Amino acid sequence: MRAPDTNEVLLQVEGVALAFGGVRALRDVSFNIRKGEIRAIIGPNGAGKTSMLNVINGFYHPDHGAITFKGRTRARMQPFEAARGGIARTFQNVALFKGMSALDNIMAGRTLKVRRGLLWQMLRYGPALAEEVEHRHRVEEIIDFLEIEAIRKVPVARLPYGLQKRVELGRALAMEPDLLLLDEPMAGMNLEEKEDMSRFIIDVNNHYGTTIALIEHDMAVVMDLSHRVAVLDHGVKIADGTPDEVKRNQAVIDAYLGVAH
Amino acid sequence: MLYRETSQFKTTYAEDMAIFPIRQDRIALGVLLGIAFIGLPLLATFHIWPFGGDYLLWAILLPFLILALAAIGTNILVGYCGQISLGSGAFMAIGAYSAYKLATGVHIPLAWLGFAISIPPLPILASILLGGLAAAGVGILFGIPSLRIKGLYLAVATLAAQFFFDWVFLRVPWFTNYAPSGSVNAPELNFFGVVVQTPIERYLLCLTFVTVTAILAKNLVRGNLGRQWMAIRDMDIAAELIGIRPLYAKLTAFAVSSFIVGVAGALWAFVYLGSWEPLAFSLDRSLDLLFMVIIGGLGSIMGSFVGAAFILIVPIMLNLIPTELGVPLSTETITHLQLIIFGSLICYLLIKEPRGFARLISIGKEKLRLWPFPY
Amino acid sequence: MIALGQFLEVLIGGLMSGVLYSLVALGFVLIFKASGVFNYAQGAMVLLAGLALVRALDLLIAQGFPFWAAIVLGIGFAAAIMATTAWLIERLVIGPLVNQDALTLFMSTIGVTFVLEGAAEMIFGSDVYPLRLFPTDAWFVFEGLFPGGILINKLDVWGALIAGILVAGLALFFQHTKTGRALRAVADDHLAAHSVGIPISWIWFVVWLVAGLVALVAATVWGTKLGVQFSITFLALKALPVLIIGGLTSIPGAIAGGLIVGAGEKIAEVFLGPSIGGGIEYWFAYVLALAVLLVRPQGLFGERIIERI
Ligand SMILES: Nc1ncnc2c1ncn2[C@@H]1O[C@H](COP(=O)(O)OP(=O)(O)OP(=O)(O)O)[C@@H](O)[C@H]1O
Ligand SMILES: [Mg+2]
Repeated sequence: MRAPDTNEVLLQVEGVALAFGGVRALRDVSFNIRKGEIRAIIGPNGAGKTSMLNVINGFYHPDHGAITFKGRTRARMQPFEAARGGIARTFQNVALFKGMSALDNIMAGRTLKVRRGLLWQMLRYGPALAEEVEHRHRVEEIIDFLEIEAIRKVPVARLPYGLQKRVELGRALAMEPDLLLLDEPMAGMNLEEKEDMSRFIIDVNNHYGTTIALIEHDMAVVMDLSHRVAVLDHGVKIADGTPDEVKRNQAVIDAYLGVAH
Repeated sequence: MLYRETSQFKTTYAEDMAIFPIRQDRIALGVLLGIAFIGLPLLATFHIWPFGGDYLLWAILLPFLILALAAIGTNILVGYCGQISLGSGAFMAIGAYSAYKLATGVHIPLAWLGFAISIPPLPILASILLGGLAAAGVGILFGIPSLRIKGLYLAVATLAAQFFFDWVFLRVPWFTNYAPSGSVNAPELNFFGVVVQTPIERYLLCLTFVTVTAILAKNLVRGNLGRQWMAIRDMDIAAELIGIRPLYAKLTAFAVSSFIVGVAGALWAFVYLGSWEPLAFSLDRSLDLLFMVIIGGLGSIMGSFVGAAFILIVPIMLNLIPTELGVPLSTETITHLQLIIFGSLICYLLIKEPRGFARLISIGKEKLRLWPFPY
Repeated sequence: MIALGQFLEVLIGGLMSGVLYSLVALGFVLIFKASGVFNYAQGAMVLLAGLALVRALDLLIAQGFPFWAAIVLGIGFAAAIMATTAWLIERLVIGPLVNQDALTLFMSTIGVTFVLEGAAEMIFGSDVYPLRLFPTDAWFVFEGLFPGGILINKLDVWGALIAGILVAGLALFFQHTKTGRALRAVADDHLAAHSVGIPISWIWFVVWLVAGLVALVAATVWGTKLGVQFSITFLALKALPVLIIGGLTSIPGAIAGGLIVGAGEKIAEVFLGPSIGGGIEYWFAYVLALAVLLVRPQGLFGERIIERI
């Protein structure tokens, strides 16, 4: 597995804490993501992994701590600002736009790149049409890459789960993100689908140099794909390091075996 | 000629992105527009069946076109952007009364400042379009709560618009130019020197408005803005996380929708009713529009036409068929039956086919495309 | 200077009619809590219940039944109608739409509204039918304190009394019956319903039934006040803003919201109305709700919702 070229830090999470009423989902979590790497976040159910991603892209605002992304520090930002800053995301429970086709879902991912406003789009003529075609070209590249040509016009609600996850990845890629957050991209997939998805993730990382943060329960996949792994348990970071280091860490083994705290 | 899209290989994305990628659909639309713009007026001019009198034009086609226009507007907000509206009637009223004021001249005395705002009477086309703009402005205002509140709550915000403007146009005499009865008369429909008077002229005027609006609306909903609206409708949180600004998406939906509804309101008042009272734009009108959209198809421009036709035709049929059969129904029974039919149809469609008749039609076309080998 | 006596009279009158809004709002809250359905049809249910009751009463009395027997039978008949309605709605509409989004469910209740209104008027007639269940004359109180005293409608007092009994009854039902407890469980967590061991369709039927009976109670008071007629549905529609103000999921909220709206609109009408043309009551509740939405979207008593993804 190719290691990232630089040690430049793309995202720094510093002392983040988050609570929902009595539930302390995250407690003083710090870690970083380096430019170009695949960074895994693992942990048992309810460990706070999804909450961590939600904090990173501004959907939740941490009670304490700060996030530094591309050198800019902020305690809270709006999801829209995160997206504009170059953070894209897929979701644990597929969050596609159910009433739209696969193609339209991915095209929606281009929104931030659209320049022509309402009046031009209404006329759909000249430069507006040219722009639309241009975006369509980009999206077709992604469709080819993800091998979903056959289903581009199908409403996503009618697609099987595995394909929905693929479309969702496509939608995130259409944003041409600098940081891609993947929340259990392989949950509920069979072996073959998992292999496809792993291949896509590695390709995205290799070809586009996209930095990826990955939550995944399948340890084999995590060990294969990631450069570095952070482990959360009950909202606390209990280990951080290369896959091998983490695998041998006693605290991690205990957490997964469910040793009482 | 069979209904096929195979053999029509699309060489560019631009072709694939045309409104009707299938040639047969384009031909059908062309024929339809030909009939609407040329055929019908000819038949009507020469009083050929079914245009014996003006009944068909006045009582069916004219309201059909204007309501279809209003339904397109409602559909953009409800069907495409997923923001429920029980206040479309109010926005028709805003369009109508603003256009009326602009066409008859605006005079606002600001006594305490020592001067008055006066706008001379504007040409009719400008009045109608500015009436639409006024509706769009108010639409944005009432859309602002939608940024903080979701779906159902918005129903109450739009009800607030409905009841508040019902009251405004009833109680503030300025809007009716102090007409003692509260009822006002439309100004002369003079479009650049052409005075629109006869039913055929009125029909053609509305047809032009509807056709142009339908095309522009169709362009919007299949472009990026339309995708933003649908994304907000289907999953607003995910939409925001991929860089769609809810503020922009929702408020443009409110603005565009209210503009179209407002223009429809102005046409309804000026071209169809001629003279009207605030009652013409009550909550019933709002619910009618909502029904057209649900029945015709949420998120379908074509569905708006189907829905408008259906809502208009059912009461006429309820009147006609029993009379033909020799058992005429009382107007009251017809009203009640109509309520029951619309109500049950709404429930049925929401359960079986939320995309309405439009979806049923496209399923039919799908079948036709595969015919005679359905695999 | 507005006389204190006049102000109090308006305030009390407003609070009392607010109680009536609360009565309808209660029905909404019940259904919303248990099934997440925002029930536009609550007003139509009041109309249906009222028509069924008043027509049955007229018929029974015309048949020579004594008044009390006619009332018992009439209320029984109306309750049976509401039960049938609840069953049909659950069977035909809400059941098949389970797991649909809130908007679809809401629109389906608009469909239900039309069917109920059409059917109710077709079966029972569409005139204004006077209902005489409660005294409608007035009391004058505090005549020693204010010149002329304060006028209070006996009917309003009855309304408040009935609302009180109803709320107490509902509380007992929720605390002490198996179905009631299951209902609360569903309200908190839809999945929990399964673990309670009561079929969800039964729970929903009961919710709609209870909402129907609440509508019947509201219809007795409103029918006495205004006569049973179509415009009752418009008044009932005001329960929507009442709910928004109180908070969608809160029974105390429904009551407080009703009182606020009732008092607010009367005071606004009497003291503000003359200067801006009158008829403020027509929209006051809605605009107030809009204002509340902007400041506190979850309503005064509602709990804040944290979204998940
Ligand atoms: N919106 C919310 N409201 C209340 N509690 C929440 C919310 N979101 C998360 N939690 C709680 O925070 C804790 C962490 O949840 P989170 O979803 O981050 O876990 P996770 O590591 O992603 O688990 P899983 O592997 O099951 O996806 C859990 O106890 C969860 O119940
Ligand atoms: Mg998770």
